[in-house]
Amino acid sequence: MNNTSLIDCMTTVIARDLRIALRRRADVMTSLIFFVIAVSLFPLGIGADPVLLRTLGPGVVWVAALLACMLALARLFASDHADGTLEQLVLSPQPLSMLVLAKTAAHWLTTGLPLVIIAPVLGLQFGLDSEALLILIASLLLGTPTLSLIGGIGAALTLGLPGGGALLALLVLPLYIPVLIFGAGAVEATAAALGATAHLSILGALLLGTIVFAPWATALALKIAIE
Amino acid sequence: MLSANDLECVRGERRLFSGLNFAMQPGTLLAVRGVNGSGKTSLLRMMCGLLTPAAGTLNWNDREIGKAGEEFRSNLLYLGHLNGLKDELNAAENLRLSLHIAGIAVDEAQAVAALDWSGLRERRHQPCGTLSQGQRRRVALARLKLSQSRPLWILDEPFTALDVASVERTRDLIVDHLAGGGMVALTTHQEVPITAPTTLPIELGA
Repeated sequence: MNNTSLIDCMTTVIARDLRIALRRRADVMTSLIFFVIAVSLFPLGIGADPVLLRTLGPGVVWVAALLACMLALARLFASDHADGTLEQLVLSPQPLSMLVLAKTAAHWLTTGLPLVIIAPVLGLQFGLDSEALLILIASLLLGTPTLSLIGGIGAALTLGLPGGGALLALLVLPLYIPVLIFGAGAVEATAAALGATAHLSILGALLLGTIVFAPWATALALKIAIE
Repeated sequence: MLSANDLECVRGERRLFSGLNFAMQPGTLLAVRGVNGSGKTSLLRMMCGLLTPAAGTLNWNDREIGKAGEEFRSNLLYLGHLNGLKDELNAAENLRLSLHIAGIAVDEAQAVAALDWSGLRERRHQPCGTLSQGQRRRVALARLKLSQSRPLWILDEPFTALDVASVERTRDLIVDHLAGGGMVALTTHQEVPITAPTTLPIELGA
């Protein structure tokens, strides 16, 4: 019986969460279907003015992605907390922040990545051209992991609280604003032929910053939550 | 070796215990007793580092357990009230994954052998959500069988929901662990006689 290394431990956590998500597909589908429906409602409500739709498109897709991400957050630690596996994670010899990073990665793979994949199809409803769609994918690809990481802090802070869902939204939504501004801004800048490099760089910087900071803060919050 | 100095536990407004001292050496059984709500679980959670004591310190080899961090946790096996099993995964998967996270690499054959010991060999492909309460406890206890390299076992009510044969099997494993120089801290409401080189009885709420 050998000891497991940090990388071993992290891949175990990711594989475990992916396997659970695979066996509980309804959970994963809920936020994806919410995203599709929420985005599709706007063209129906606004009407078929192509200029207006093209202007609103990036913002609508991004706001819906942000809400869909938030919807899935409550599940991040709740079941682990309820069945005692969270205690096992805390008591692992490996640093909790790294295991949190692994859990968040698995969470993003099952909630964020599907949004990124389906977003171009939804973007077509708003008459976005192929260049704007590419930038939309790129911005979501850089932005949604940041949303999962920041959301993890909120999920850990509200863990086990009655009515934690509404509190989670209040905590997390303000922190999502920078990602929303630069994410939607990237697509709008492309549409206005200004180039999206600056926006995407900032999204990348936000992602790197949160990768360093968020798991650490989440781990601290989790330790308080299980006391 | 684990030692407690002047430990105090406060939950909410109530002080559950204070001024608690003990030292666990190899071969020590710490038998924690007390009525419901006397702080048994809190004491065990403190000993793992899951709960911060209101006052006093816990030391592992003369270093505070918080500071000993990784080194302390890689000597520890904790079995709490909750079994730590995922309903969606089967017994063998649960066992392997939880040991992996605890830092012990086990292969499929070892996991099957441990479940065989638990009497759950035939049910190892069944999702844990479909097992009975006692069977779930037995899956959790199978971790002990594969954690004999960990010197310190902290077990919260290990015998709850178990049938007579499982209680005996588990007790034998604990006795072996103690005889081999391990340390065990446990709480139980059942009268299960455990022979140990040294027994430290702790009565809470007295």
